[in-house]
Amino acid sequence: MKIIKTTKKQLLALCGMATFAFGSLSAAEYPTAEVNTTGLAVTDDTVTVGQLHSITGTMAISETGSVEAERLAIKQINEMGGVLGRQIEIIQEDGASDWPTFAEKARKLIINDKVAAVFGCWTSASRKAVLPIFERHNNMLYYPTFYEGLEASKNVVYTGQEATQQIIWGLDWAYEELGARTFYLIGSDYIWPRTSMKIARTHIEQVLKKKDPSCEVVGEEYYALGHTNFRSLINKVRLRKPDLMFTAVVGGSNVAWYRQLRSAGVTAKNYPMLTISTTEDELLGIGGENAEGFYASMKYFQSLDNPENEAFVKEFKEMWGEDSVIGDVTQAAYLGPWIWKAAVEKAGSFDIDKIHLAHPGIELDAPEGYVRVHDTNQHLWSKAKIGRILKNGQFEVVAVSDELIEPDPFPEGYQ
Amino acid sequence: MNSLKDYTDPSFSKLLYQRLFANKEALVGFLILTALLLLVLPLFLSPFRLGLAGRYLCYAFVAVGLVMCWGKAGILSLGQGMFFGAGGYCMAMFLKLEASDPESTAIQTTPGIPDFMDWNQVTELPWFWMPFKSFPLTVLLILVVPLVLAFVMSFFYFKGRVTGVVFAILTQSMVACLWYFIVGNQGYFGGINGITDLKTLNGWDIREDSSQRILYFICSLLLLACILLSRYILSSRLGRVLVAQRDMENRVRFSGYNITSFKVFVFCFAAVISSIGGALFTLQVGFMSPNLIGVVPSIDMVIFTAVGGRESLLGAVYGALAVSYAKTIFSEAYPNLWMFFYGGVFIAIVLFLPKGLAGLYQDNIKVWVKNWMRKPETDPESLKIKESEVNNVE
Amino acid sequence: MGDYTIQEIYSVVVMQSFSGLSLLCIFVLMGLGLYIIFGQMGVINMAHAEFLVMGSYTMCLFSKFISANFPWMMNYYIILAVPLSFAVAFGVGYLVEWLLISRLYKRALDTLLATWGLSLIFQQCFRSFIGAREISADLPDWLMGTWMPTDSIFIPVNGLVLLALTIAITVGLVLFMTKSRLGLRMRATTQNREMSNALGVNTKMTDRLTFALACGISGIAGAFFTTMASTSPTAGTNYIVDSFLVLVLGGLGSLLGLFISAAFLGILSSVLEFFMSGSLAKVWLYLIIFVVLMKFTRGLFSARIRT
Repeated sequence: MKIIKTTKKQLLALCGMATFAFGSLSAAEYPTAEVNTTGLAVTDDTVTVGQLHSITGTMAISETGSVEAERLAIKQINEMGGVLGRQIEIIQEDGASDWPTFAEKARKLIINDKVAAVFGCWTSASRKAVLPIFERHNNMLYYPTFYEGLEASKNVVYTGQEATQQIIWGLDWAYEELGARTFYLIGSDYIWPRTSMKIARTHIEQVLKKKDPSCEVVGEEYYALGHTNFRSLINKVRLRKPDLMFTAVVGGSNVAWYRQLRSAGVTAKNYPMLTISTTEDELLGIGGENAEGFYASMKYFQSLDNPENEAFVKEFKEMWGEDSVIGDVTQAAYLGPWIWKAAVEKAGSFDIDKIHLAHPGIELDAPEGYVRVHDTNQHLWSKAKIGRILKNGQFEVVAVSDELIEPDPFPEGYQ
Repeated sequence: MNSLKDYTDPSFSKLLYQRLFANKEALVGFLILTALLLLVLPLFLSPFRLGLAGRYLCYAFVAVGLVMCWGKAGILSLGQGMFFGAGGYCMAMFLKLEASDPESTAIQTTPGIPDFMDWNQVTELPWFWMPFKSFPLTVLLILVVPLVLAFVMSFFYFKGRVTGVVFAILTQSMVACLWYFIVGNQGYFGGINGITDLKTLNGWDIREDSSQRILYFICSLLLLACILLSRYILSSRLGRVLVAQRDMENRVRFSGYNITSFKVFVFCFAAVISSIGGALFTLQVGFMSPNLIGVVPSIDMVIFTAVGGRESLLGAVYGALAVSYAKTIFSEAYPNLWMFFYGGVFIAIVLFLPKGLAGLYQDNIKVWVKNWMRKPETDPESLKIKESEVNNVE
Repeated sequence: MGDYTIQEIYSVVVMQSFSGLSLLCIFVLMGLGLYIIFGQMGVINMAHAEFLVMGSYTMCLFSKFISANFPWMMNYYIILAVPLSFAVAFGVGYLVEWLLISRLYKRALDTLLATWGLSLIFQQCFRSFIGAREISADLPDWLMGTWMPTDSIFIPVNGLVLLALTIAITVGLVLFMTKSRLGLRMRATTQNREMSNALGVNTKMTDRLTFALACGISGIAGAFFTTMASTSPTAGTNYIVDSFLVLVLGGLGSLLGLFISAAFLGILSSVLEFFMSGSLAKVWLYLIIFVVLMKFTRGLFSARIRT
């Protein structure tokens, strides 16, 4: 990826030949004793980082993409000369879709292996399980998933969207473009969908209602993860006839949900849906033809048309196979190592406290477009996008927000 | 044995000794385990590994409970996770309340309540959280909640003579039901994330290495105490009836025993032990979540017992330690092979080692030990005693 | 619900009843394999759900194969996929009985553990050899369509196919048990194993075939479940608890009991799900079953007393 720029100035340095000048920062300029004062696993020519995802268990399906993206980013960084002249080495641990295991492995990575940073976690539950360990032992986690917000730890960089970024602009878009006035909120039963729906409900009832008094939420439902029978729900939806189904159904339930919708004759034509949970990864299992025409609010789609994304998709497929697809989270995971590299080089040190201070203002021309780390909460400013699901399991991008949207994990008035 | 005199009577302590340790071998076995838990592991393991061992020992509580109700009384429960969770959640609720004092939760809409309640628009502490403001009450509830649950769950079924696989399936459904209950009541129990970020117990920081070490010792001592208590029960008439009804239920019933109450008792006993394990687990891990107590973990708990030997209390501890340790090591090195290996262990134990590690010891090692000991012994009289002792082992 | 017209409420009641009926079929198909095995040899097969998943995988892979090589067959391949799923599950079931289950008769609780181990191995096989990702079958359009008897009633075609399939399997099974030689031998073995053996029935082979047959039926059920839900290595965990409960509630020993309990569960869950949100509906469903079983400890309909 030749598009990395830690500051605007370095953009110039990075173009073309200059990449090598930057990439060849030799380790000698940064003696180990100076760049590593807290005893992390940094030697004169290597630096060790941890990767903590589920390789086994139910979450393995979702987390594989993130593992692959992080590996790709690290490989590219190493090819460019590494971080502060040091090649990155990875210790990979398996969280096994089990939260105590995540905590245990995080402890191992940080205490035993003394890694310089950890890229990992996917579900909110796993993040919540490891967070106290990161805070206590002062290490840095790069967390890729779009999530519920309500958190801004100085030991976590959130490379996915937090809930308000994903939801508010999407709902406004549906209000304007689809003319949606009545909403049915549907989600899997855990913290992320519930918080998201809370934000959605508040936005509909407080903001949209002021524009048009007929705006209302006509139903709100949650189903346990792994639930596969949605017929009753579909009948309820039919009875209430919402203008828009706003959904956050995840995991194995997704396939059942879309298939049963289709076979019950609920299609995008008569019942539009805006989802915040279905990415290209899920569509692989669902089958594009079963979800055709529904909308998704994300910050990245594989079909985005820009040179950075083209290069990214090409290299990803070269490394992981022509059949692989790239979803929102996979792209966000790809950003993790790059942001870490930028922060380390800006700080001139691997020390966690210095990296933390270096994070604000780091900019990237990422596959999703330009992003910037927020000044206070270590989330990313990014553009929201709406995609329409196509038959082949890809998205057609139908709308992109004009402005970067500010991450606001503790939204006033929405809590 | 009502007066104090009886307790000070030397013959009482002898009697107690006899009831706890049927013979020397049982005593030696117990002492070896004590030494292992209290000396060997703490001396040789790094703080990180010792912390892991402490967690495995929590599962050993459940395994000991299962020896009592499955091995000894023939009641297989696939739902022990429910009781493990009962204790774990009680403890977690207490710790969470302590961690959610108004200062540290000032950022919330309603300060002073647990963070997940605030995220779910709960604005005041629900009534069933109130008891968890007090530590003594919490300890009491850790014992009482599983007792009540186990009683309600088992009484009607045992009375209706539900046995064997049907009861196993019912307990499995119950643990599934509890899982859905917790997941569905996110505002009250934290949902699928569980109750996380627990910090202190009465002001004592449970996350320090030193406190983890202390917790490890508390855990070991309580486990040893539970084993002794179980031994005591087994050596009583109650214990003999339990074993008898396992092997010949109708005959015991016709002899005039009320089998239902015996079964309910042992089921409740196992439940309470598991709950203690759960509470200690929460203290050592620092959180509790429904995925620790669902259908699959509950079956895992049965395999600890099966590997250790379903009829051996000491075996259960070794089983829990061995399987959990293997899981950690294997899944670090070969996550894919692990599942094959784990599934294979289930099958192999059932096919070739129905008595588990304890059976392996009984059938092979013990013979060898006996032969080895026999050589120096020439006095036929002492040999005879040895033989009779050997036959006495549980 | 005052805002709705009679017409709307009528339509929803019809559709909701149909979804209850579909659930009944699903529960019957889930429980059928377990019921046959338990009835025949008193064994609880914890790997049951993996046989369902095996059928699902067969269906998925076969559909991929067809859509890649014989696209013109897409509309009809299901007719071939169903027997294929049956054959695969039957074959694996046959091997499992031969290698494992036959060594464990009369040790019901132990079989439970051994088959659980087996299910873990199966899950890992799916993961290692097919992949951890969810896959789904390419289905013909007609199967995903909707039948509309009136303007406002939408009946899923796959629900109708499910109904037909359930009836066909049940009728086939009853005919097989009552009319065929093998069925006769099965019933004889169930009633009196020693005597049948003495009279020259090869009870071992009968057991093996019964077990395999039950697995095969689960395979068909699984093949059909992919049209409604996802297929992944751990998809089976969604089925275990429910399929066991159907069996226990039905009283373990009778086909009629199985139907009664499936109907009870189907109606109950569609009513509960309509009036409350997902997870809580499930909690109430289980609680009601527990209470019912406290009263009827032998299930809703029990053909014989067991000890």
